[in-house]
Amino acid sequence: MIIGTAKESYPADEALLTTAPQRVWMTIFVIALIAAPFVLSNYWLYLACLAMINVISATGLNVLTGYTGQVSLGQAAFMAVGAYTVAYLERSLGTPFLLNILAGGVIAAAIGLVVGLPSLRVKGLYLAIATIAASFILHFVFVNWTAVTNGNSGATLAPATVFGIELATYDRLYWLIMPFAVLLVWGAANLFRTRIGRAFIAIRDRDISAEVLGIPLLRYKLMSFAIASFYAGIAGGLWAYLFRVVTPESFPFLTSIFLLAAIIVGGMGTILGGILGAVFMTLTPELLRVVVDLASVFVPDAATLLSPVRTIVFGALIVGFLILEPRGLTEIVDRIRRFFRLWPFRT
Amino acid sequence: MSEWLFFLEVTLAGLGSGALLALTALAYVLIYKATRVVNLAVGEMLMLGAYLFFAFAAGWGLSAWIAIPLAIIGGGLVGGIVERGLIRPMLGESAISVFMVTVGLGSVIVGLVELVWGTDPRALPAFIDTSPLFLGEAYVSRKIAVAFVTAAIVIGLFLILFRFWRGGVALRATATDQAAAYSCGINVPGVYSAAWVIGGATAAGAGLLLGAIGGISPVMGVFGLSALVVVIVGGLDSVLGALIGGLALGMIQSWTSTYVGGEYTNVVTFGIMIFALMLRPYGLFGTHEIERL
Amino acid sequence: MSKGPARLDVQGVTLTFGGVRALNDASFTAEAGSITAVIGPNGAGKTSVFNCITGFYRPTAGRIVLDGEDITKVRPPARAARGLARSFQNIALFHGMTVLDNIKLGRHAYMKTNLLQAFFYAGPAKREEEALRREVEERIIDFLEIDHIRNKSVSVLSYGLQKRVELARALAMQPRVLLLDEPVAGMNREETEDMARFILDVKEEWGTTIVMVEHDMGLVMDISDHVTVLNFGEVIASGTPKTVQNDPRVAEAYLGSGDPQALVKRIEREMAS
Repeated sequence: MIIGTAKESYPADEALLTTAPQRVWMTIFVIALIAAPFVLSNYWLYLACLAMINVISATGLNVLTGYTGQVSLGQAAFMAVGAYTVAYLERSLGTPFLLNILAGGVIAAAIGLVVGLPSLRVKGLYLAIATIAASFILHFVFVNWTAVTNGNSGATLAPATVFGIELATYDRLYWLIMPFAVLLVWGAANLFRTRIGRAFIAIRDRDISAEVLGIPLLRYKLMSFAIASFYAGIAGGLWAYLFRVVTPESFPFLTSIFLLAAIIVGGMGTILGGILGAVFMTLTPELLRVVVDLASVFVPDAATLLSPVRTIVFGALIVGFLILEPRGLTEIVDRIRRFFRLWPFRT
Repeated sequence: MSEWLFFLEVTLAGLGSGALLALTALAYVLIYKATRVVNLAVGEMLMLGAYLFFAFAAGWGLSAWIAIPLAIIGGGLVGGIVERGLIRPMLGESAISVFMVTVGLGSVIVGLVELVWGTDPRALPAFIDTSPLFLGEAYVSRKIAVAFVTAAIVIGLFLILFRFWRGGVALRATATDQAAAYSCGINVPGVYSAAWVIGGATAAGAGLLLGAIGGISPVMGVFGLSALVVVIVGGLDSVLGALIGGLALGMIQSWTSTYVGGEYTNVVTFGIMIFALMLRPYGLFGTHEIERL
Repeated sequence: MSKGPARLDVQGVTLTFGGVRALNDASFTAEAGSITAVIGPNGAGKTSVFNCITGFYRPTAGRIVLDGEDITKVRPPARAARGLARSFQNIALFHGMTVLDNIKLGRHAYMKTNLLQAFFYAGPAKREEEALRREVEERIIDFLEIDHIRNKSVSVLSYGLQKRVELARALAMQPRVLLLDEPVAGMNREETEDMARFILDVKEEWGTTIVMVEHDMGLVMDISDHVTVLNFGEVIASGTPKTVQNDPRVAEAYLGSGDPQALVKRIEREMAS
């Protein structure tokens, strides 16, 4: 414990932010979030929207993988479920966008329960494998259930509207996506202040003793998986409003690996990790694009190299961080903070 | 009558690809048995093996009979490097972390292959005679027959080695109890490496047989997922399960793609797996581990 | 709060693994509010009895009865909700969590917060968590003298402290029957004396029924009200520490007798089982 953090009351000690610097940083962060649409260029706003969608999906996956110790390789497929749900509701029923997005989350969670139920009865990696299976089956459904998905040509949808205002530009979409991201991340953080979050971690650390403490394993694993799928569904729904066309290739298997990489790079089992990782991973392809652009002066067809290089980098980040820094960027940030806490008295 | 003959031909073709599934499944089982790692990159190692053969045979113009052993050795080398470089540093980490390392590895291999050889499908230089083969009246593609016989021989060899060869016994001992095997003087790290080398070589062999039949592309690693289904259904630690499951799934896939439609193959394959998980979570032939506190 | 101590009856429990008979018609009773020790040589089936009581193993025959209710077929989480709490021989704390969170986990089965309340950390969830925090601080952390480590990760604690945290977690389960599996194994003299004091305090202040498996005869004889001796899965003696201590069968079980006939009998019995 850092000296000077003693609290007068238990509620104060149970708060999400317990130290003064944390509160200062949070205030700065909130101001930045509100100021962003007024200062950022269109391109950076687009990236911010995309990053926040990824933050939502990665945070969901982090609840499942980082906190509960179960791996899903179907997070992208569940995002697609959310996106198609929104597209269908928007096109066919014209229901309000908030309802559509929520429905996307709920339906993704429901499908998640069906997929998770058999595999979660067994310990270990079966969920990972079942979610791969689900990815393929869902992809098949997206291609062939043309009445709902419009098959390979994809479903286009109208922008979300509030009081007749179309949320079609990035600065307006920002105000749709940002509140969702903040709410869902805050909610995930809250989970881990209660018995439910503790139960997840207990299952990850030692599932048998968790059971002896009265934690029904299957129920909590399913709950965790449903949460992850729900977050994916919401993220997918927002994605649909951002890009306004959903095809079976919108959420390839690589996106699932991308999200897994995000939580590993950011730091599994910390809320901050999901955020850092998702932002980092959103920027990585853009950075690669810049590098490839530079390289195209020297290398012919450098542009065609972008896709394979991206695949390699995603994979290498997973492997590299797991071996060298399993706690991810969060740990690196912590180390820097510890350094400056005592600096310049000790280095 | 001719319908029956056609059915028989479809079934025989299914048995052929089933043998390849069994061979690939063997790579999973081998690695899992020795190191308790579910290696999701088996499919990608298989693909890499096929591309290595392509590079040696088409790129360098080597004769197929030199390129085949080179590709298999290359596959084994990849397995060994992966074990030393990526898996051993993860010793003692949770199974999930190691699994995720193999997920990342798969992604790296796919990217590398796309980088070097591009994403277009290619045909392998022919090294199997294409003249048709008849089993009674039924037509069998010679390539598939060769694949079946080769896979059968390799699997048979493995079964014999497991049972009687010292190394096979060491592997089984390591699988049963690492610490005990270590204290009996078994070179456990050696067994680990060996399992990955043999697993990698097996995958590469399966890859070049598969490539000879259907051509190669960076997405052929999906075949590894079918083999994973075999392993899940048959039991992660069961050689017999891999064998029977592989042949069964091969036939089911062949029937599905002929009578229902090729696009249904994956759905049926993964549907089977989800049902199998519901009915027999530890696989048809797998062992249920009893845990102690 | 807790509904007072409960009486636990183990009635004719038999447990077989394959052909091995780990327990054979074992019976004993732990009276409400007493300390009962289960002792016996290694492999006598002590931990098996515990695993049957907590529901981790399902006995082949016999019944486990808690305050008159047959709980033999009740699943472990539901047993925990009925007031059975246990500590483990190999400490089973959650290493990714702080001491405080580990202790709070003990209360899991009694809490009511649902997913939606947890998500918003509002109303009942907040009240429940704050009440739990207060109670854990005031009734358990102070009581077991672990204030200084409450925010530490469990993985950095010494063995003795980990055992104490495990006891704390078991207490957070509001136990009516507390099962302690070798509470002082591997502890030095001082740690053992501390633990003995805590166990007695738990009995006095919380009024909990305590059943423990222990090898440390000094501890067993000092603090138990009742001792049950197991050998080869059978109860061979039962009674106050004094009577058990003087029972010749107990001495034989621990030391073996010089009588060759007895040895032959023993081998025959092993072969038969």
